Amino acid sequence: MTDSNGYSLYYTKEHEWIRIGADGIARTGISEYAAKQLGEVVYVEAPAVGTEVSKGSEVGVVESVKAASDVFAPISGEVVEVNESLVDNPDTVNESPEDLGWFYKIKISNQVELEGLMNSESYSKFCADL
Amino acid sequence: MRYLPLTDRDRKEMLNFIGIESIDEFFQDVPKVARLERKISGVPNHIGELEVERHLSKLARKNRPASDGPFFVGGGAYKHHVPASVDQIIQRSEFLTTYTPYQPEIAQGTLQTLFEFQTQVASLMAMDVANSSMYDGSTACAEAALMAVRITKRNKVILSGGLHPHYVAATRLLCEAQGIEVVAKKPNVDCENDLIDDLDEQTACVVAQSPNFFGTISDLNELSNAAHNVGALLVSGFTETVSMGLIMPPGEMGADIAFAEGQSIGNALNFGGPYVGLFAAKGKFLRQMPGRLCGETTDLDGNRGFVLTLSTREQHIRRGKATSNICTNAGLCSLAFSAHMTLLGDKGLTQLARLNHDKACALADGLSAIDGVEIITPRYFNEFAFRTPQVAEEVVNKLFERGILGGVPASRLVGEAEFVDVIISTATECTTTEDIEAFVAELKDVLK
Repeated sequence: MTDSNGYSLYYTKEHEWIRIGADGIARTGISEYAAKQLGEVVYVEAPAVGTEVSKGSEVGVVESVKAASDVFAPISGEVVEVNESLVDNPDTVNESPEDLGWFYKIKISNQVELEGLMNSESYSKFCADL
Repeated sequence: MRYLPLTDRDRKEMLNFIGIESIDEFFQDVPKVARLERKISGVPNHIGELEVERHLSKLARKNRPASDGPFFVGGGAYKHHVPASVDQIIQRSEFLTTYTPYQPEIAQGTLQTLFEFQTQVASLMAMDVANSSMYDGSTACAEAALMAVRITKRNKVILSGGLHPHYVAATRLLCEAQGIEVVAKKPNVDCENDLIDDLDEQTACVVAQSPNFFGTISDLNELSNAAHNVGALLVSGFTETVSMGLIMPPGEMGADIAFAEGQSIGNALNFGGPYVGLFAAKGKFLRQMPGRLCGETTDLDGNRGFVLTLSTREQHIRRGKATSNICTNAGLCSLAFSAHMTLLGDKGLTQLARLNHDKACALADGLSAIDGVEIITPRYFNEFAFRTPQVAEEVVNKLFERGILGGVPASRLVGEAEFVDVIISTATECTTTEDIEAFVAELKDVLK
């Protein structure tokens, strides 16, 4: 499933990414830029499976040795799976932020919301301007 | 710390610098009706040091010190013997005069005492983790309720009728201001397990106390099972830490969060404060705990060392989303607690507890032999409630005139008419046989 521009990977201004699979289920986590800014991640609190989240709402916390930051939902939907491996290995977020370090999977409830998000090109530009 | 007052010139210089005429201009934002525009009557502008000393000494003589004769007052603050060495240790200037000395590079001594305090508290309460203390038992109780709300994401806390009324008030204050529903049960001598009937799927936690405000000891295992069955937590605590030498700690009864007043160990009555709140929890809830935590680590050379840890939960980093607005601990009082507990040891605490219980039994025997006196606390440690044939407040006042501080009239803390004839009395290792005999004889006479 791709949007009209042919991208299935999106970013938010809050530095979350969302990657949509063929089954309509999306994985989400924090971007490489965010992981670098945070430094060594020591703890991730993701929303519980079954939680209905709405776009832009606070759904969790990512904590590094330097700071603790809120994690926002990039899109509305239902949380269907949580990355349990981060409990024992939170450093996966630093090693593979946009792949193995995903936080949770979400079943998107409103595809239209994707329109407000950035693709990787515009997100790179967004970060470069920060 | 020296107090160096400012001179008029100092003040003028500062006012000039910020461009205002008088200190009063600072307060222009305070509504006029709220400002005191006159002198406070009876308080002179200034008075010589000698006169101040004389005046304060005169006021102090109105007090009846706890050690000046028979003393049976408890109700959340207890008179115990504090070994002289405790004071010697806490008076060391490295401990006494420093404020939040938590830089690991220079404060290993302080951090180690905090770590040892946490270890003692966790082991005393049979919980996995303890923080480095809260202000006192009541704020620890309120923080425990808030923590349960965070963990369960539910919005209702239920307080036992055996919870100390001051703890009920503190918990109400901190919870209700945040929109949390607080159900405070009617004061009751023996009611901890009644909370089972109040549990539902909206309940974040039940807060129980054992020994409770009336001295009653309860087994909370059934309550904890019932709470867990509906996804609620058991918060459990006590005001008399010495009781832990004999009775089952919260952790062995399934408590998820435990709170207590630690004043009994190492700390004098101190006119009601400063005290030291004990706070502990199950390990899985560590990140939702309030307050400072000290952790053990190793330095670059592999030496054992101590640091403050998990600070990202705290106010100075997490700001409004911190796990608590309490960003400090009762450092000196917790040190006194640790010093005393270390001197006592495991065996010493048990012996001390046994002594307390023995004295309370002797007191109960003496009192219950008096016509019309009825002990109403079914299972007690060193404190119990009893009914008298007269109004409790008046009985206590008459005893005071005879040099005996006989206890706390329950009516001073609970409003219900059914407690108007109830006195709560405590005996500790400080209580002598003569004290008990004097109390019994005078009470008999008062009630004649």
